[in-house]
Amino acid sequence: MTTDSHIVRVAGVTKSFQLGKLTVDALKGIDLEISAGEYISIMGPSGSGKSTLFNMIGGLDKPTAGKVYIDEVDVSQLDAYELAWLRCRKIGYIFQTFNIIQVMTALENVTLPMTFAGIGGDEAVDRGMALLETVGLADRFQHKPFELSGGQQQRVAVARALANDPAIILADEPTGNLDLTTGEEIIALLKELSSDRQVTVISATHDFKMLNVSDRVVWIRDGRVDKIENRDELSISIGEIGTRG
Amino acid sequence: MHRLVVLPFRKSVEIALKSIQVRFFRSLVTTLSLVLAIAFLSFVNVGNDVANGLLATGHGEWFRLLVDAGYDLSPGDLRVDSSPKQRWIVILSLLVCVVGIINAQLMAVTERFREIGTMKCLGALDRFILRLFFLEAGLQGIIGALAGALLGGGAALLSAWLRYGVAAIAEVSWGGVLASLGFAVVAGCILSLIGVFYPALVAARMQPVEAMRVEQ
Ligand SMILES: Nc1ncnc2c1ncn2[C@@H]1O[C@H](COP(=O)(O)OP(=O)(O)O)[C@@H](O)[C@H]1O
Ligand SMILES: [Mg+2]
Repeated sequence: MTTDSHIVRVAGVTKSFQLGKLTVDALKGIDLEISAGEYISIMGPSGSGKSTLFNMIGGLDKPTAGKVYIDEVDVSQLDAYELAWLRCRKIGYIFQTFNIIQVMTALENVTLPMTFAGIGGDEAVDRGMALLETVGLADRFQHKPFELSGGQQQRVAVARALANDPAIILADEPTGNLDLTTGEEIIALLKELSSDRQVTVISATHDFKMLNVSDRVVWIRDGRVDKIENRDELSISIGEIGTRG
Repeated sequence: MHRLVVLPFRKSVEIALKSIQVRFFRSLVTTLSLVLAIAFLSFVNVGNDVANGLLATGHGEWFRLLVDAGYDLSPGDLRVDSSPKQRWIVILSLLVCVVGIINAQLMAVTERFREIGTMKCLGALDRFILRLFFLEAGLQGIIGALAGALLGGGAALLSAWLRYGVAAIAEVSWGGVLASLGFAVVAGCILSLIGVFYPALVAARMQPVEAMRVEQ
């Protein structure tokens, strides 16, 4: 391993969907390297292929061509058990629609991935409570999802994503269903986690509030990487958006 | 790459129970057709048990009452066995019940696509999902079948009492009735598990990407 090892490497990934006779090329050749601890935003308009790329990186879907490596392991070579392990231990997912499991309380949602990882009983409860504390919801641990606001549900989802100390957090439009302020709170929370815990955060979004906290921004358009900007180059783009908007 | 992901049995029972509790109405609908079909099965069988108890006494009085009640008996018969017609109706009702369960469970799976997909994103294996659905169906089966068996058996005894009088109840062989109820409960559980087989397979095979779909 080199010192500059990449936790995620996407090499020549394409993805086509077959819709009857029509072929939709959602990704047309993506190359991307992400180092451990980075905060990456994948920016692009709706339909540009963000979610599709997100699913490839998360091992939720298989590329039509090309490879995705997590910790230099080719994800397509993993069997069902290894994939489950990867999803359980290595990656934490955050969804636009929160996806809190409706029949479980906030605490049970957070401890479910721990159960899968073989951690049960008091240890899981202690860790779950600590995580809920981190996201500022310790007093709501017994609440069911429908008793929580969207922002609170997303906080539970963040805590759940952290359940097994993953190396990577994947978030697809985490602020897409939230209002401005709540969205900012979630972004701040993700940023805090990335700097405090050295978690790699990869977030697909078209929310420009994400720009401020990102180490790098990958702009994709029409299934291709348009440009990749480091934080110090970003002010230019933000300026452009400012003048445009 | 490691590969150990677990779900302790006790935990799966806990989740299954919770699911039934929270989706109580849906569980009730799924279970109701089972309750009715098993009640019918148990009504027929316990009814026959009562008739057999009466015939075993050898009194001509009982014999006449039974023939009046519609039993196909020839002189000298000491047992009633379920007639082919009766058997067909019972089998048909059980078939309809299984189809009803499959239908209700398929709808439940569709409703729960996001939940299942999310669980898979959290590391659940296909067989955890299978186990959850079978556990839920098994629990619903036991509860529904027990309710149905008692309901049908109770109704059969009540109607015997009304038709033949209190003395008839005294002649009933309780071992036979218990066996009929036990048979009904077992049959109910099996039907519930048969009904969930295909829906559970659909759920277990679902891809985790489904959890990502935004449209409801
Ligand atoms: N399962 C699918 N079947 C067919 N087409 C799809 C599917 N998923 C995505 N697409 C298409 O791929 C393109 C990219 O979609 P997506 O990755 O969801 O974009 P974004 O997340 O950036 O809005 C769109 O044109 C979309 O219609
Ligand atoms: Mg999307």
